[in-house]
Amino acid sequence: MSAATTALAPLSGRRRAADKVMRAVLAIGTLVALVPLVLVIYYLLKKGLGAWSWGFFTTDPTGNFLGDQGGVKSALLGTIEMVLLASLIAIPIGWGVGLYLVEFGRTGRFAAAVRYFVDVMTGVPSIVFGLFIYVTLVLSGWGGSSFAGWKGSVALALLMLPVVTRSAEVVLLLVPDGLREAALALGTPRWRVTMKVVLPTALPGLVTGSLLAVARAAGETAPLLFTATIVNGTTFNLGDRMNSLPVQIYTDVGSPNDQLVQRAWGAALALVTLILLTTLAARLISRRSRLS
Amino acid sequence: MAATTPDVRTGGRSILERSPSARRADPMFRVLLVGLAGLILALIAFFFVYLITKAQPALSHQGVFSFLFTNDWNPSKAIYGAWPLVVGTLITAAIALVIGVPVAVATALFITELAPRRVRGPLTVLVELLAAVPSVVYGLWGIFVLIPKLKPAEQWFSDTFSFLPFIGGNVAGPNYFIAGLILAIMILPIVSAISREVISTVPPDLKEASLALGATRWEMIRMAVLPYARSGITGAAMLGLGRAIGETIAVTLVIGNSPTIGKQLFDQGYTLAAVIANEFGEAANDKIHAGALFAAGLVLFLLTLVINALARGLVRRAEKKGQTVTVVPGTGAA
Repeated sequence: MSAATTALAPLSGRRRAADKVMRAVLAIGTLVALVPLVLVIYYLLKKGLGAWSWGFFTTDPTGNFLGDQGGVKSALLGTIEMVLLASLIAIPIGWGVGLYLVEFGRTGRFAAAVRYFVDVMTGVPSIVFGLFIYVTLVLSGWGGSSFAGWKGSVALALLMLPVVTRSAEVVLLLVPDGLREAALALGTPRWRVTMKVVLPTALPGLVTGSLLAVARAAGETAPLLFTATIVNGTTFNLGDRMNSLPVQIYTDVGSPNDQLVQRAWGAALALVTLILLTTLAARLISRRSRLS
Repeated sequence: MAATTPDVRTGGRSILERSPSARRADPMFRVLLVGLAGLILALIAFFFVYLITKAQPALSHQGVFSFLFTNDWNPSKAIYGAWPLVVGTLITAAIALVIGVPVAVATALFITELAPRRVRGPLTVLVELLAAVPSVVYGLWGIFVLIPKLKPAEQWFSDTFSFLPFIGGNVAGPNYFIAGLILAIMILPIVSAISREVISTVPPDLKEASLALGATRWEMIRMAVLPYARSGITGAAMLGLGRAIGETIAVTLVIGNSPTIGKQLFDQGYTLAAVIANEFGEAANDKIHAGALFAAGLVLFLLTLVINALARGLVRRAEKKGQTVTVVPGTGAA
C-alpha cells in the first residue's frame, strides 16, 4: 500500500500558520455576527427605556398633530388579540397537518406534495401573505368591513402555519415507533393511539414549535399593514380595524415628530421584550420534553 | 392469563372486535387529517389564481414584458415599468449575500468545529436571537443609528475608491448598501442555522480520517467538511436569498424609496416589496395601480417559490446524503 505517499507532508510552518489564521478568521466572523445583536439591544435599551412609563402602557395614541401623543395601549392589546386569534387558527391546522404527515403520510405522492409546499411556504415573503388577504378578504369587504383585526389574524395565521407544521412534523417523528406499536398491539384504534399516546408524548415539543411561530408572528408588520391597518383607540372587536405594535412603530418612524420617534423606540423595546419572553417560554418548555 | 375467560362472546361479537361505529372512527380521523393537508395545497393554488386575476388589469395595460423590463415607474402617469424595482431588489439581495453568507458560514463552522463544547449552546442561542428581532425594529435601528453613524465612513469609502465601478459621488443617507447590510444581518441566523445543520451531517469518519492523516483543523474543514457540505451550504445561501428578496419593512425604511436605478452603491433605490408597502394606500381606488402592485407581489411570490424550491432540494439532499452515510455499519456509536 502506498498509504505513506498519500498522507499529508509533515506539518510545515506555513501550514501551521494557515491553520492559525483561518481559525482566527472563523472566530472573528462569529464575533462580527454578534456585533449587530449587541448594538441593537444597546440602542433599544438606551432609547426605549426612556420612553417607558406607566402612562406609556395605559394610554392610547392620541393622534394629535401637536402636544401629547399618548402611549401604546391599543397597539399592545391589538398585537396580543390578533396573535391569539392567529394561533387559534394556525396551531390546530398545523398540528393536524403534521400528524397527517407523520402518522399517515410518511410515503406517497400526496404527502410529498404537501411536505414540499409547506417547505416552500416558509419562504414566501410575509408581505405576499398580506396581499393574499388584502385581495381576497379586504377588497371584497368580507364580513361587512374592509379592514379588520380578524383579517390581520388570518394573514398572521398563514405565516405561522408552515412554521407550526414543520416543527410539529419534526417533533412527531421523534416519538418512538415502539410506543405506537405497543398501543396498537393492545387493540387501540389508530385515532386513539394518535390522540392518547403520540400527542401527549410530543406535547412539549409541539408547544415549543408553536410558541416560536407565535414569536415570529408577533413581530410581523407587512401582513398587518393592509389587513388590520392602524387606529388610535383600543378595541376588543376583531371585526374593527385594529392597532398593533409593529404597525404603530412603522408609522411612528415615518413621522418627523420627535415624540413619536421616542414612542417608536419604547414600542420597539416592548415588542422585542414580548418576543423574547415568548421565545424563552418556548425554550423552557422544550427542556421538559423527554424526546431528543 | 386470566383475561382468557371462557366467555369470549358478548352479544354475538368478540370482545376483541370493535363495534361498527368504533370502526368508522379511524377512517374518519384519517380523512380529517388528509383534508387539513389538502387545505394547504388548495389555499396556495387559490391565492395564486386570485392574485393573477387581480394583477390582470395592470398586466394587460402595461404588458408583462414591459412591466418587468421598462425603466419607468410613474403611477401618476399610469406607467408601470418595474425594472428599477427589480434591479433594486436584486442589488440589495446580492449585497446581503456577499456580506451575510461568509459571516454566517464562518459562524456555523466555528460553532460546530472549533468552539469549545461548553460555549456551543450559548453561541447558537445568541446567533438565533438575531432572528427574534422584528423587521420593523431593524428598520428603526437602521434609520436612527446605522444611517447617521455610517455616513462618514461611506463617504470616505466613496471618495477613496471612486475609481472602482459603481463607487463614487455623493452618499445618500438611505441607500442600497445600508439596505443590503440590514438584510445581511436579517438572513444571517437562517443561513447559519441551516449551514450548521448540514455541517453536522458530515460523517465523523471523514473528519477523523483527515485528522489521522495529519491535517490541521483548518485543513480538515477545507478538505473534509466543506466539500461534503458544499451543496447544503449553497442551499442555505439560497434560502437566505429568498428571505432577502421578500423582506419588506426594514428595507422600506432604509432604502430611500426612489423609483430610479441608482448609479452607485450609495444611491437611493426601491424594491418590489417596498413599493407594495408604500403605495397600496394610494392605489386602493385605482384598479390599474393596485393591479401593478399585485403584479409586483406575484413576481415576488414566484421568485421566492422557485428559489426556495431549489434551495430546499439542495438542503434535503445534503442532509439525506449525511444520513445514509452515517448509518453505514462501522461508523461507531454515531
